Amino acid sequence: MGKLFAIVVVIIALVSAGFIVAHVWWLPTPISTIAPGIDGQFNETMWFTGALFLSSQFVLAFFVWTSREGKDRKSKYWPGGPWPLVGFAIVVVGMEILTLTFVGSKVWAAVYMTPPDPDSMQVDVAAEQFAFNFRYPGPDGKFGTIHPEKIRDGNGNFFGLDPENDVAARDDVIVGTLTVPVNKPVSLTLHSKDMIHSFYVPELRIQQDIVPGLNVPLHFTATKVGSYEIVCTQLCGLGHYSMRSFLQVLPQDQFDQWLKTQ
Amino acid sequence: MSTPDPTIHQHAAPTGFIRKHVFSLDHKVIGRQYYDLALVAVFLGLLLSWLMRIHLGWMNAPIPLLGKLFPSGAPGNVMTPDLYLSLMTMHATIMVFFVLTTAPFAAFGNYVLPIQVGAEDMAFPHFNMMSFWVTFLAFLVLISSFFVGDGPPLAGWTSYAPLSSVGAVAGPGQGTGQTLWAVSIAIFCIGQLLGSLNFITTTLDLRTKGMSLARLPLSTWAWFVTSVIGLLAFAVLLPACVLLILDRTAGTSFFGPTGLVVNDTVLPYSGGSPLLWQHLFWFFGHPEVYIAILPGFGIISTVLPAFARKRLLGHQVMIGCMVSIGFLSYMVWGHHMFVSGMNPFSALMFSVPTLIITIPATIAVLMWLGTVYGARMRYTTASLFCLGFISVFITGGLSGFFLAQPSLDTYLHATYFVVAHFHFVMAIAAMFGIFAGTHFWFPKMYGRMMNETLGKWHFWLTFLGVYCVFMPMHYLGLAGNVRRYAAFTDNYLVPLIPLHKFITMAALFVGATQFIFFFNFFWSRFRGPKAPDNPWDATTLEWSTTSPPPFDNFGGRHLVVHHGPELYGVEGAANDYVMQVSPEQVDAR
Repeated sequence: MGKLFAIVVVIIALVSAGFIVAHVWWLPTPISTIAPGIDGQFNETMWFTGALFLSSQFVLAFFVWTSREGKDRKSKYWPGGPWPLVGFAIVVVGMEILTLTFVGSKVWAAVYMTPPDPDSMQVDVAAEQFAFNFRYPGPDGKFGTIHPEKIRDGNGNFFGLDPENDVAARDDVIVGTLTVPVNKPVSLTLHSKDMIHSFYVPELRIQQDIVPGLNVPLHFTATKVGSYEIVCTQLCGLGHYSMRSFLQVLPQDQFDQWLKTQ
Repeated sequence: MSTPDPTIHQHAAPTGFIRKHVFSLDHKVIGRQYYDLALVAVFLGLLLSWLMRIHLGWMNAPIPLLGKLFPSGAPGNVMTPDLYLSLMTMHATIMVFFVLTTAPFAAFGNYVLPIQVGAEDMAFPHFNMMSFWVTFLAFLVLISSFFVGDGPPLAGWTSYAPLSSVGAVAGPGQGTGQTLWAVSIAIFCIGQLLGSLNFITTTLDLRTKGMSLARLPLSTWAWFVTSVIGLLAFAVLLPACVLLILDRTAGTSFFGPTGLVVNDTVLPYSGGSPLLWQHLFWFFGHPEVYIAILPGFGIISTVLPAFARKRLLGHQVMIGCMVSIGFLSYMVWGHHMFVSGMNPFSALMFSVPTLIITIPATIAVLMWLGTVYGARMRYTTASLFCLGFISVFITGGLSGFFLAQPSLDTYLHATYFVVAHFHFVMAIAAMFGIFAGTHFWFPKMYGRMMNETLGKWHFWLTFLGVYCVFMPMHYLGLAGNVRRYAAFTDNYLVPLIPLHKFITMAALFVGATQFIFFFNFFWSRFRGPKAPDNPWDATTLEWSTTSPPPFDNFGGRHLVVHHGPELYGVEGAANDYVMQVSPEQVDAR
């Protein structure tokens, strides 16, 4: 029975790890300046946990393989008692924690604790059940003020603008797709009018909740032209699964062209 | 240590049916009642997960009878997105609260803890009875949400505000159903607070002569630490639920911010914060993970040595692991909120203690591995589940390294990677602990033996099956598959549907194999061969009395404890083990 258990555990461990090694299902191609740092951190963590996973499952299998009851057999005790193992765990896991924290904090800080480039393009994001809307400030470079009581889905006033009284609001460009120029820093301000939503673009390696009552800042620089899905990852109601938009990354000249036609 | 005054805690055995089997003060009856409640709940939770998995594999496939059960949620037997979310919410709530909290902690703790410390009953038998019936009431309230107009809630077991706080305007299930959810959980908290008080007092005050803290079995240590965690955690969730109920019914604004607009209407909230709910919920929610798994630590550390026929490696080390995990569990709740919009500095503050928790967890695993090393293992169903526990706990624990780091959580948060992680580490590991405990204590609890052949089939099929269900969920998470989606319509998710189909088939298979357990459990309970007093040659106090024990546990005897709990494989002893109550002098290194 013990030998069977050992074999089953080894097979489970090898098959599980095999799919990881073969990258059968893997992270999509990264398209942002911060993605390489995150992927590096990810790979380092994968190497460490992968080594621990395989070694500990193999050790379990080996110990179970060799442990059986026999009439004349005495139990063997771990040489040296528990304390060397305690020290081993503290040193090995502790070192890894220090490494991951020192490197990982920098990666995190680069995404969430660094102020955006002062020249970055400003885009306002409004999330609602179950859609994203995006707002560009228009030629004046200023966003109109948001008035919650003026928000009307029916007439497309997703941001609650008041163009009659608010000059800055008159030229705001409101679209359903986030279009940005490639290699240009983009600075988002995320608003939600109703529930908590989330802004997730796997290729950017960015996920950020959009909380009603807060103006959540987020910035990134896309490095690859293409179209990528923006999905909501915070349960926001029955249409949660269908809440999505697209991130359209264009060359600068095509972007300028696009903005003119809006 | 104090010796109980026998005149205080003795109460006469009841004779009427109601006081004996229904409103009983006997901790053994209450423990079995908790276990039965957990069985009903786990059966329901399992059926819900089947329905969810079928829908995720075959989204538009009609499920026979579903339309009869949920006329509005499944027109033409095809599940709507809101019904999917409701089933998911109910599955998680039932499993976390009414299975993973009640079975390993309340059921086994109630039954075994007083006997293991040598007491005749819990310290507060009336509180104990109340604790069960309050929990039972909470269960009924939760289940009643299936039968109200707009159906059960769909905000998930975490019930994030404002989805959970604004009422019916948020969508189907968010009316009466969500209120019932909050009321149910508030009632549940009261039950667990009463239970925790009882466990703590009993462990500290009712130990029999010679039962020092150092001689307490690790299972009792685990229940003790768990009840301290529970006392602090449920004491926060209870007021949080009250605030949620007030927001929903009394017009307060604890969780509703100013300017909330739903259906083009500004709702009358001002000054509340949705993040407040998350802080309160996770201040409970993370310790809850340890409420579910620490009893498993204790069960494995008690059951494994009995079948390995040797002492646990590092008895005191294991106590230290459990206490430090319990202590650290209160400093890490923010790791559920890395991307929530809270200050990014605090993410780093929460990341470090989260990673540090892996140290005591790693040490615990090394202690179990060191116990398996060189053991004279007796392969019973209980010991197989112990070994399986070690394997799944390692697997589930390691994925925590990814999620503890905010820089990786920003990719993996709210994906199936998280689903895989918490199912392995708290659901499957805890279930394996429950199965090990069930097979170990069943003879004591019901006076009969379970069938070993059925038990071993159940183990093998479950062990293989859970890896087939939950390992691929890691891969889904790596590919960015978002959780809590009722359908996969995004371009990048559609190619993952075949993997979902595989998981569904595996889940149906694992679910079906649980009927082996249900059958074994009920058949053995009434038809199994009579159990001897000590079928496993175990040493702790529950094996020093009859199976099942008499009403006062030890038939009027006041036991004196002479030894620690794990004297197995003792050289020079009359048997190869020495019971805790044995006056035999041995070299107890």
